[in-house]
Amino acid sequence: MIGNLPYVAVVMFVGLGIYTLMFKRNLIKIAIGICLIENGVNLFLITLGYRKGAIAPIYTQAPSGQAMVLPTPQALTLTSIVIGIATTALILSVAMMIYKHYGTLDTEKVRRLRG
Amino acid sequence: MKEMSRIVKTVTNFVYGFIIVFGFYIIAHGHLTPGGGFQGGAVVGSAFALLLVSYGSLNSKKFLEKDIFSLFEGFGLILFIVLGFSGLGITFFYNFLANSGGWFGNAAVIGVNPGDMNTGGVIPLMNIAVGLEVLSAFGVIIITMARGAEFTKKKENS
Amino acid sequence: MKKIIFGIAFIIFFSFLIVSAINMRTFGEPTISQMDDYFIKNAQSETGANNVVTSIVFDYRGFDTLGEATVLFTAVVGLVALFRGVKK
Repeated sequence: MIGNLPYVAVVMFVGLGIYTLMFKRNLIKIAIGICLIENGVNLFLITLGYRKGAIAPIYTQAPSGQAMVLPTPQALTLTSIVIGIATTALILSVAMMIYKHYGTLDTEKVRRLRG
Repeated sequence: MKEMSRIVKTVTNFVYGFIIVFGFYIIAHGHLTPGGGFQGGAVVGSAFALLLVSYGSLNSKKFLEKDIFSLFEGFGLILFIVLGFSGLGITFFYNFLANSGGWFGNAAVIGVNPGDMNTGGVIPLMNIAVGLEVLSAFGVIIITMARGAEFTKKKENS
Repeated sequence: MKKIIFGIAFIIFFSFLIVSAINMRTFGEPTISQMDDYFIKNAQSETGANNVVTSIVFDYRGFDTLGEATVLFTAVVGLVALFRGVKK
């Protein structure tokens, strides 16, 4: 079980994110929970493509004759990180507009659909 | 937000130029060393965040304007799309400059080698376009949210 | 009452995740890697760049990068439109 420690770390990230999303009532804490889930999924994508005793997949001044790590999951993770930035920026600015309109950030009190 | 003390402002004056130059180095050498367009754009964006935090959002209206950043962002995306369409003789997004004799057209030595800047085909140009877009996107996001935070604050002692 | 149901559901879901993380394949030995072996062997001669990850992001899979640049641009347009009512 000690050999699978990166996968257990990913499950800790996603589990903490889902706990924050279900049990907290402040809007900023919910935004932090969404950000935690996205970062956990990015970590999972990178740890899927590892080879034991291999080096980074770059040919500039590398030690010769060694195996290389799989490069495709790293390319997919780059795209996913940028999409995470866009999501976090939009949800924080919507939270700012809700605070200006209602005066509070509690999700039990912002229940009216018509302002 | 309020401005920081004099020590922070002096160190910021000294350091933010080095951060911007380092970010452009990461963008330009994207086909030889780890890095590329997105990573270098994020480093330059953090230099703008440092300027905004240490000078306060009222004083930074003089040197951080939203219109120039918005212009560069559209220009970066249009340059990326034009580079994708210009290889359309064979397929969409074709690398028409690789292994030819022109601009960025040397053939790379197979195996381990110290990198040659002139290789890579259309990849360094795409790095510059995406890096320009990401750094101006960071600038626009930070400036708009800081001005909006002044607007949504509750009236405290008035 | 609602908190107890949420708590039990969360504990069941979390235990599923932990059991599946322990029983995954061993860390460090990918089972299928034929596409990545082709990329590692032929990226230098076909594209001429030393960095295999950059040549995948911009040359072999450039279409995904076009989609991602559009998503970032659209998010910034939406954010500026949300703060339209701010007077100077």
